[in-house]
Amino acid sequence: MLGEQLREVVDELYRRDSRRILATLIRLLGDFDLAEEAMHEAFFIAVERWQRDGIPSNPRAWLVSTGRFKAIDLLRRHARFDHAQADLIMLVPSDDDPGDEALLGDDRLRLIFTCCHPALAADVQVPLTLREVCGLSTEQIANAFVQRPATIAQRIVRAKAKIRDAGIAYQVPEQAELAERLDSVLRVIYLVFNEGYSASSGEAVVRRELCDEAIRLGRLLLQLLPAPQVTGLLALMLLQASRQAARSDLDGNLVLLDQQDRRLWNHQQIAEGCQLAEQALRAGPAGIYSLQAAIAALHAEALRPEDTDWAQIIGLYDVLQRHWPSPVIELNRAAALARRDGPQAGLVLIEALLQRGELLDYHLAHAACAELHGQLGQTEQARAAWQRALILTQQGPERRYIEQRLGDLQGR
Amino acid sequence: MKYLCLVYCDEGLLHSLPDSPADAECQAYAQVLEGSGRVLAAQALQSVQAATTVRVRNGQMSLTDGPFAETKEQLAGFYLIEARDLNEALNIAKGIPAARVGSVEVRPVRELQP
Repeated sequence: MLGEQLREVVDELYRRDSRRILATLIRLLGDFDLAEEAMHEAFFIAVERWQRDGIPSNPRAWLVSTGRFKAIDLLRRHARFDHAQADLIMLVPSDDDPGDEALLGDDRLRLIFTCCHPALAADVQVPLTLREVCGLSTEQIANAFVQRPATIAQRIVRAKAKIRDAGIAYQVPEQAELAERLDSVLRVIYLVFNEGYSASSGEAVVRRELCDEAIRLGRLLLQLLPAPQVTGLLALMLLQASRQAARSDLDGNLVLLDQQDRRLWNHQQIAEGCQLAEQALRAGPAGIYSLQAAIAALHAEALRPEDTDWAQIIGLYDVLQRHWPSPVIELNRAAALARRDGPQAGLVLIEALLQRGELLDYHLAHAACAELHGQLGQTEQARAAWQRALILTQQGPERRYIEQRLGDLQGR
Repeated sequence: MKYLCLVYCDEGLLHSLPDSPADAECQAYAQVLEGSGRVLAAQALQSVQAATTVRVRNGQMSLTDGPFAETKEQLAGFYLIEARDLNEALNIAKGIPAARVGSVEVRPVRELQP
């Protein structure tokens, strides 16, 4: 085989399988950094060896076992050769076939649960997962979160040290702990998605990558661990992502749901999202993501804003509020209620919410108030509420939107 | 692996909250752990008011009456345990009766290098 062709094969293998191979090597070696280095060595050797001997029948298994032997070389080269550790590496049962699909899947799942272990702080779970499970570079993660690469690198180092020193097991939790631990994994994936979706800052392109990455993670998790909560989260992310193209105009200005050109929605994502949402709800007691997905599905299914089934949306918010009470859910419910029963009905609820001192710092609560006051022709109150909202947000497109609304009130 | 579970609590409240454990309950839990061979040592401590802090600088010993630092919550007891991994250690820590009123810090033990 020509060198050029072989390189392409190896590159493709790297793109497709390097994360899986890494996950297996982490299990076999019990050391993140050693596994990463050994994997890169294995790919490097593959190019040269396969040129001579041809591509092995199971390239992935070849890479895993080469990586494993390479790890011992590396330990030796680093002059931290420790017989105990090397013996341990060779002692790890090798009866499992490294090409075994199911086992490789388990290794990835182990890696996800380890990176999202609740003993790690949330601000390290997210970059660690993106780095180890998704294979994003430190620079990519730093760009997406508008942090310095050194900061992100430091967090990842800290996380790996904690995993090693605190004895965080590299395993999928037992059934008794699974539900709680799965919550932590889902939260990390949704955090990644939201960071990409509701851009508190940063470049648009990188942000879309985060959304895609979160959806990819969701799909992977669903494949490895088909549970209704996972289905619900994937549905929710797909349905939210489906509106991506319609959410801002060509100048990057915010376009609200009602004004969006629904032809720009991604109908493939909507179809898949709706189907998954239904599947999640049918599978058992409704989870927090499934319910939000169901709400998003009702929005997605309306051909025009006025076709939206507000009554059913309010019903779903009621269920959410009952099980996961939160002022933000109350706010959304009030906004939906305003659509069904008129602006005054919604306004009463939101003002009561603000009166309780909750959401006073949340710009969207004031924006919702402003909108409803405006609809009721109460210009002065609307202006004051828009101004409060403006003070509370730093995000460019949102500020421009509010400023425009304030401008519209001028001369009224 | 060995872990030290450090029980912190506001001393003034440790025994007076509705959820405060009685000594008998703490003793029973330590015994259960001992029975399963997972506890190496477990003790409750006297108040920090009974503490004396020792420092040696340039060969000179100095003593301070009280704990090494004044904190809102004080070290009230400890469990030195043997666990397979952090998950098992956290499960043991979760069962410590004083966790209901205070906080349990789970610290892996560092084996000294010979």
